[in-house]
Amino acid sequence: MSFWTRHQIFEKNSIILIAGILVVIAIGGLVEITPLFYLKSTIEVVDGVRPYTPLELAGRNIYVREGCYLCHSQMVRPLRDEIERYGHFSLAAESMYDHPFQWGSKRTGPDLARVGAKYSDEWHVTHLTNPRAIVPQSVMPGYPFLAQTEVDTAVVADNLKASRIVGVPYSDEQIKNAVADLKAQADPDSVGTDAFGKRYPKAVIRNFDSKAGAPTEMDALVAYLQMLGTLVDFKLYNEKANLR
Amino acid sequence: MQRESHMQQTQSTKWMTHGEAGLMLFFAMAAFVCAFAAAKALDAPFAFHASLAAVASGVASFAIMNRYLDRPASLPPEEISGKPNYNLGPIKFASFMAMFWGIAGFAVGLLIASQLAWPLLNLDLPWTSFGRLRPLHTSAVIFAFGGNVLIATSFYVVQRTCRTRLVGDLAPWFVVLGYNFFIVIAGTGYLLGVTQSKEYAEPEWYADLWLTIVWVVYLVVFVMTLVKRKEPHIFVANWFYLAFIVTIAVLHLGNNLALPVSLLGSKSYIAWAGVQDAMFQWWYGHNAVGFFLTAGFLAIMYYFIPKRAERPVYSYRLSIIHFWSLIFLYIWAGPHHLHYTALPDWTQTLGMTFSVMLWMPSWGGMINGLMTLSGAWDKLRTDPVLRMLVVSVAFYGMSTFEGPLMSIKVVNSLSHYTDWTIGHVHSGALGWVGFVSFGALYCLVPWLWGRKELYSLKLVNWHFWISTIGIVLYISAMWVSGILQGLMWRAYTSLGFLEYSFIETVEAMHPFYVIRAAGGALFLIGALIMAYNLWMTVRASEADVGTELALQAAE
Repeated sequence: MSFWTRHQIFEKNSIILIAGILVVIAIGGLVEITPLFYLKSTIEVVDGVRPYTPLELAGRNIYVREGCYLCHSQMVRPLRDEIERYGHFSLAAESMYDHPFQWGSKRTGPDLARVGAKYSDEWHVTHLTNPRAIVPQSVMPGYPFLAQTEVDTAVVADNLKASRIVGVPYSDEQIKNAVADLKAQADPDSVGTDAFGKRYPKAVIRNFDSKAGAPTEMDALVAYLQMLGTLVDFKLYNEKANLR
Repeated sequence: MQRESHMQQTQSTKWMTHGEAGLMLFFAMAAFVCAFAAAKALDAPFAFHASLAAVASGVASFAIMNRYLDRPASLPPEEISGKPNYNLGPIKFASFMAMFWGIAGFAVGLLIASQLAWPLLNLDLPWTSFGRLRPLHTSAVIFAFGGNVLIATSFYVVQRTCRTRLVGDLAPWFVVLGYNFFIVIAGTGYLLGVTQSKEYAEPEWYADLWLTIVWVVYLVVFVMTLVKRKEPHIFVANWFYLAFIVTIAVLHLGNNLALPVSLLGSKSYIAWAGVQDAMFQWWYGHNAVGFFLTAGFLAIMYYFIPKRAERPVYSYRLSIIHFWSLIFLYIWAGPHHLHYTALPDWTQTLGMTFSVMLWMPSWGGMINGLMTLSGAWDKLRTDPVLRMLVVSVAFYGMSTFEGPLMSIKVVNSLSHYTDWTIGHVHSGALGWVGFVSFGALYCLVPWLWGRKELYSLKLVNWHFWISTIGIVLYISAMWVSGILQGLMWRAYTSLGFLEYSFIETVEAMHPFYVIRAAGGALFLIGALIMAYNLWMTVRASEADVGTELALQAAE
């Protein structure tokens, strides 16, 4: 019986055809995806990467909501020009708590993986409100409404809780104080800053939009942008140990 | 089966089928649950969507009852005087929706292309900014336009090639209406900022769940129709439709596994993180291309080109080899979207290797499609519909050559993150998916509405040329801008400094963005001509069609 005659079993039986399709499409995915969950070399061993603070997470959710990832990548490739333009190439460890990842696929605007601490808060606020006020040739949309919208605090703790279930190591204490921490990070004069600093060491506490009152979406987004790429100290990073 | 024998015994009394009664109850309960969810919703978009779902469920429940009251005691027969009684209603609806969403999607595409050239068009409002409209564009063209074309043609092809009526009474309607409701939820969600930010899988958890239900019913209807076929063999187009439906289900479930923050809110967190999430995303993303935009539309090619050319498929053996190798190799190609990223090198290398190999089965399909024209090439001169179908296959060949080229790491280091990718996608999307869909709809609409021919072949000709010029403007502008930008990013001065700041590379893109928008405008104009042509075809009486045909012959 030739190959072509044998093949008729698929052509004459829809269930066998489905089974054949399922087997054939399963192989590639299984080989490429499953090892990423158990090969230790997939994610580098590195100090400094921590879960997002409640304010940063709120900012990240705004980043997602507005579709920033459609024009800005967060993935510096190990190519000479990118390292000189943006900084050290991105590590897998730097996005290990990112649900979902924000590596992006297009650079209509520049990469943002290491934008944190590069510009002042005021620069970001002005730029987000009207990009062409700072960069006349920019094609970025303006987001003036962010500064006028308060962060929705009702869901902050739930956001942390859901994140913990999918694998981000938030502590009970961090979840319990989520709203307080969110407010404290945007208000350096508040009483909660000490406790916040203990829960999130090295996190930056500033009034990001320099407006009094409850934290706005502008506060949250700028807090997120200002921490991007700042967690790992590359002076201490052991490149050789993480060669793969 | 049980139901039919039951119906025969009680010709005089009318009964609701299990499906009618069950679905009516289901939607009645769904209306209450959704109304409750709307009242208790944690965020405004969720409240809006729950209200929409409540209203839609109520309407569905009422419509099922109303349809039952209007219909005769027995369901439509399987056969009428020995010929299969094909179910065309849901196909007509999906064809109409395809045209509608197509124009909507092309129009949004034109708008966002213009926003990149003239950023003031973003209007500084949340729901009109590029970041929210771009997913609206991609979903509208891929899932709304393409999806409706696929559902319409698959329901048509599976019936004709199995010579049997579509399975189910309400089920096919559930698929087409449910699918389009998913589109409405997804699209309005993007405008309101509801997205999980996974490209081409942006809809949030509740939309994903609903799509899963619709998709399972789609699979069941399709497979059960195959099972009761009157032909010994399953026709090759149906293998491709089946691979498309099955694989999209697998991809959808894998990439969208997410935990809702609350059952009363729109936000969810995806189960995967960072590098694994990236791999899952592009395993999904590239195979949305491979199975939605390729396998599904190859099925269209395998039915509509032979039909229109009145020639058999070129090679049966080539179709077997090309089918299995295509679906086997495609699944591996995802990591080429992640070259030089933090994804491990071994995965990137696998992705590149298989992407290059993928060139062969892709061209196998192209050859099988083009060579079907053997002995009928002269028809390209006289039949613009066939020309559209054939040119789509040529575009398929071109973009499946370009794809493997761009998946080579060295090339990708230049092309990634630039407009070259956008150009590549559009040579496939406009040239291949767009044209093969247009060709299929041009064939399908006269068949569905029982017209001899289209209202005007001359208008098809206009559509063909206007759209082709649009595509050429689009993709050549993107090639130039993409390669230019890639080269500018890596340009160094003689002193060893980066030559251009980022914003200088943005500024350099402006003329190409204007040309691209012009190309998109032409493509949209072509589609509007098509919509008019199809509308007139449906409206035309038989007599009108006759004169039009006579005119064509006179030319």
